[in-house]
Amino acid sequence: MQTFQRYVAGKLVWYLGVLLLAILANWYLPRLIPGNPVDIIISQLGGNATGEQAKHIYEVYVHEFGLDKPLWEQFLIYLGNLAHGNLGTSFAYPGTPVWDLIRQSLPWTIALQVPAILIGWIVGNALGALAAYRGGWLDRGAFLSSLFVSSMPYYCLAILLLFGLAIAVPLFPAGGGYSFANTPELSSDFVLDALGHYWLPFLSLVVVFIGGQAVGMRSMAIYELGADYVNYGRSLGIGDNRIVRYVFRNAALPQVTGLAISLGTLVGGALITEIVFNYPGVGSVLFGAIRQNDYPVISGITLFIAVALVVANFLVDIVIGFIDPRIRAAQSGER
Amino acid sequence: MLSSFRHNTRFQVSVGILLVVLVFALAGPFLPGRGDPNALPGKLFDPPSWKLWLGSDNFGHDVLTQLMYGTRTSLVIGIVAGAVATLIGVVIGSVSGFRGGLLDDVLSGFTNLLLAIPVFVILIILSDAVSNRNILTMALVIGATSWPWTARAVRAQSTSLRVREHVDVARLSGAGTARLILLEVLPYMASYISMAFVLQLAAAILAEAALSLLGLGPSNVVSLGIMLHWALLWESVRNGAWWAFVPPTLLLTIVSFSLLLLQTSLNEVFNPRLRTGGAMRRRALQPGLAPAGAAAPVGVGVAPIDPEPVSGSGR
Repeated sequence: MQTFQRYVAGKLVWYLGVLLLAILANWYLPRLIPGNPVDIIISQLGGNATGEQAKHIYEVYVHEFGLDKPLWEQFLIYLGNLAHGNLGTSFAYPGTPVWDLIRQSLPWTIALQVPAILIGWIVGNALGALAAYRGGWLDRGAFLSSLFVSSMPYYCLAILLLFGLAIAVPLFPAGGGYSFANTPELSSDFVLDALGHYWLPFLSLVVVFIGGQAVGMRSMAIYELGADYVNYGRSLGIGDNRIVRYVFRNAALPQVTGLAISLGTLVGGALITEIVFNYPGVGSVLFGAIRQNDYPVISGITLFIAVALVVANFLVDIVIGFIDPRIRAAQSGER
Repeated sequence: MLSSFRHNTRFQVSVGILLVVLVFALAGPFLPGRGDPNALPGKLFDPPSWKLWLGSDNFGHDVLTQLMYGTRTSLVIGIVAGAVATLIGVVIGSVSGFRGGLLDDVLSGFTNLLLAIPVFVILIILSDAVSNRNILTMALVIGATSWPWTARAVRAQSTSLRVREHVDVARLSGAGTARLILLEVLPYMASYISMAFVLQLAAAILAEAALSLLGLGPSNVVSLGIMLHWALLWESVRNGAWWAFVPPTLLLTIVSFSLLLLQTSLNEVFNPRLRTGGAMRRRALQPGLAPAGAAAPVGVGVAPIDPEPVSGSGR
C-alpha cells in the first residue's frame, strides 16, 4: 500500500500543477492579445456613448475587472473568485452569473451524453471484438462501416440524421429539448415530450461512438490474439477459457481508460451536436456566447470543460494504478 | 514493399478519392464562371438548376463554386497545420528521446503537460482571442496545439532506436547529435512519421471545420466549416434546403474517411502482422469454446496510433 500511496500523491501533485496551468492558460491567453474586454464593450455601445461617458464607463469596467492592478494580483483575484464559484457575469444577459447559465444547461448535456457513451462503449467493443474474432465478411463489413461512421465528423452525421429523420421523413421533432408549449418541470407530460426530442441527438452520438470503439477494439484484439503469451499458453495445453480470461484482464485496461476519458470529455465532446439540434445544453450556450461576443460566458465554459477533463484524467490514472500493478511499479521506480 | 502498395485495395481506393478531391479543389476555381467565390448569381436558397448545379446558399452564392474554394481552404489549413504539428512533434520527440537525461525530462514533462490540457479548449480560447483570423493563423494555431501526441510517440521510438548498433557505428565514426538523429534515427521512423502526418492532417481538417462551425473560422474566406456555419445559422436544414448543407457535409466525411483509410492501409503495408486474415486468427484461438463477443480477447499491446480526439472531437 506504501507504493500506491506514493503513486497517488505523485499524481495528485502533477495534476494540481496541470490544473493550475490550465486555469492560467484560460486566464492569460486572451490577455496576450492587444485590446481588452472593456474595449469590446465600449465598441459595442457604438455611437450611443459620448467621449466623456465612454471614458467613465471605461474606468468603471476597468476597475470592476481589476485591470488597473498588476498581472499577478489580477490572477490572485481571479483564483479567489473561482474558489467562491464566481465565474463573473454575462455581458449578453446583464446580471446573470455565468455559473447559473452553465448550471441550467449542464443537466441536458449530461443526460444526452452519459447514456450515449455507455451504450456506445458496450456495443462498440462487442462488435469490434466479434469482427476480429470471426474474421471474414463480418470483419470486412463491420470494419469498413465502423471506419466510415467513426471517420464521419459527429456533427455531419447529426446534420444528415436531422434532415433525414425529422425533415424529409418527419419521424422525430426537428430540434430543441422539448416543445415550445412546454416548460421544464417534473410531469409525465414534459418527460414524454423531452424523450421524443431526445432520440435523434442520442442516435447521432451513439452511432459515431460505436464506430470509434469498434475500430480500436478490432486492432487490439487482432494484436492480442497473436501475442506470445497466448501461443505459449496454448502450447502448454491451457484451455481456451482460461486464456480468454488472461487476455481479457489485459484488455480491460485501455478500454477502461477510453471509457473514463470519454466521460471526462463529455461536456466538450459534442458541443456541435447540441447546436445542430438546438438542444438546450452547454454547447448551445457556448454557440450563443461566441456569436454575441459574450466573453465571460465563453471563458467560463472553456474553464469548466478544462477542469472537468483534468479531473477525469486524474481519476483515470488513480483507477488504472489501482487495477494494474505494473504501472504503479514503473511510476514509483522511474520518478 | 512497392508491390504491397499495389496490392492493397484500401490504399488505392483512398489515394484515388483524395486525388479526385484535390483536383476538384485546385482546378475547380479555374473553370470558366467560377473565378469569384463571392459572386451572387442566385437568391436565398435557390434550388439546384441548370444554371446553379447545387443551388445557392443563404447569401445567394453559388454552392458549387463555394464548395471548390471551401475545399481548397480546408485542405490548405489541414496540410499546413498537419505539417507544423508533425514537424514540432518530430523535432521535440526525437531530440528528447535521443538525448535523454535532463533535456528529456524537461521536454517530455512539457509534452505530457500539454497532453493533459484539452486541446480543443485552447483552440477555442486562442481563436476567440485572435480577432483577425486568416488561413495561416488558423493553421498555425491548430498545428501549435496538436503536436504533443506525435512528440510522445516519436520519443518512445527514438529511445529504442538510439541503442541500435548502427547508431553506435555512426557515432564512432565521428557523427554529431544532429547528424545521428537525421541520418541514423529518423529514416527508421519514416513509415511511422508518414502515418502520423496523415492522422494529423485529418485531425486538422476536422478541427478547422469544428471551429468554423462554432463561428471561430478564418475571416473573409470560405471553408467547408464556414459553409456549414451559415447553413445552420440560416436554418437550411429545417427549411429543407439540402443543397446548402449536404455537399460540405459529404465532402468533409469523404476526405476524413479516405485519410483514415489511407492511414489504415499504410499501417497494413508497414506492419504485416495486421494483415493476418481471419483464418490464421481462428487457428490461434478456437471459437466455440469462448463465448464470442462478450469474452472475446483484446489487448494492451501496440495500441493503434490514435490522434487526440479532435472535436473533443470528437469523443
